[in-house]
Order: sequence, then structure tokens, then C-alpha cells
Amino acid sequence: MVTLVFYLTAAVALASALVAISHRSPVVNVLSLVVTFFCVAVNYALLGASFLAAAQVLVYTGAILVLFLFVVMLLNAPEEPQAREPRPFQRWLGAAVAAATAVVGVLLALSWRATTPTAGPGGDAAALGRLLVGPYLFAFELVAVLLLAALVGAYVLVKRGH
Amino acid sequence: MVIPTAHFVTLAALLFAIGAAGVLLRRSGIAILLGVEIMLNAANLLLVAFGRQHAQLDAQVFVFFVIAVAAAEVVVGLGLLVAVFRRLRSIDVDRLNALRW
Repeated sequence: MVTLVFYLTAAVALASALVAISHRSPVVNVLSLVVTFFCVAVNYALLGASFLAAAQVLVYTGAILVLFLFVVMLLNAPEEPQAREPRPFQRWLGAAVAAATAVVGVLLALSWRATTPTAGPGGDAAALGRLLVGPYLFAFELVAVLLLAALVGAYVLVKRGH
Repeated sequence: MVIPTAHFVTLAALLFAIGAAGVLLRRSGIAILLGVEIMLNAANLLLVAFGRQHAQLDAQVFVFFVIAVAAAEVVVGLGLLVAVFRRLRSIDVDRLNALRW
């Protein structure tokens, strides 16, 4: 059952990620990425990271992709125009680099021989929270400052008339 | 039935490659940012998978931070895109050639 869920979500994640980077319409790209991120959230749950599965749905699909959709609508971005300079060599190089990444990663995964532990470290909100406000308190506060800086930065970047 | 860690590594490698292809091959700024998000998710999936392999909860804390930083990155990236669009009336990154010699 768990195996079936994994293979199903993995297949759907890869297929929708392919649509997300290959379709010409930006709205379709963003909406199919929502599907990918839901499938990754299911994989977090399969790995026992229940809090991260919830955070993935809340932050990625709930906030980040809504922001993407908002910008797509705001810019009324047209579909990708034809390239004025085709640059076939660079395109082949890019495709080759991406394919090499896939091949190397899969070969590493296939050649890796280690037994998988039957139980993970858990990962519910209580355990993570104890780590976050314990050993990682300083980083946690820094992230809060970073989010504030991003908020102010986005406002300054998008503000009209300066 | 426990899914082997190698399966997650394979999935993450393929997701990362798809994201890299999006960054390298697309010319729309939005599609490039989407590719970056896919790559970040692949890295997060690897972190959680190896955290389970080594029974370390710290990996999940790290993923939490990566998600927060990714949110900040997207906010600034999309802000830049909006500013670029106002200037060039386009989000084609090929047209950002002011620094080209």
C-alpha cells in the first residue's frame, strides 16, 4: 500500500514537474507545480515528517505558488515569445547538463547499498519545535529577520515612482 | 513496508534534473524561478530522506529553514521580475543584456 502510494506520487510529481517546465502558458506551469509540491508533501509524510508535510502544503502551495500566480496575473505575461537568437549550442549544452545530472543521480542511488532503517526519527511538531527553540533558536530568529528583510525588499522593488 | 532511501534519492535526482532543465532551457523569468523551486524541493526531499536514514531530526529543522529562505527568495525574485517587466515590458531574460559586452 505504502509502496503503491510512493510510486504513484513519484510518477505524478515527475510528470507534473515536466509539464511545469515545458508548457508554454505560465498559468499552466504554476498550477502543475502545485501538483508536484503536493506529491512531495505526500513523500514527506511517507518519510515520517508530518510537520514538514503540512508546512510544505501551507508554505509552498498556499503561499509561494499563490504569489507566483498573482505575479503571472499582474504582469499578464504572454506565452514565451520565439527567441530572437536561437542559440542552439547553448540549448544543447543546457539539456546535456540536465540529463547528466539525472543520470549521475540515478546511478548514485542505484549503486548505493545501505539498509534502510525501519523507523525514522519521527518529525511531529512537538519534536521539531523543541529543536527549533532549543539548539537552533539563533537561526530561527535570523529567519524571522530574513523574512522581514524580504518583505521590505519586495516593497521597495515593486514600489512605483522612485 | 518501508520505502528504501535509494528510491527517494532517485526521485529527488530526477526532480532536480527537471528543475535544472527548466532553469537552463527556459527564457521566461517565471519559468526559471519555478525551476529553482523544483530544485529546492528535490534537495529538501533528499535532506528528509537522509535524515531518516541516519535517524537525525536536525535534517528536518534544516528543511524548515530551507523552506523559509525559499519563501524569502521567491518574494525578492518575483519583485525583481515585476521591476524588470516595468522597464522592458517583457520577462524574457534574453533581453536583460545591459551588462553584455
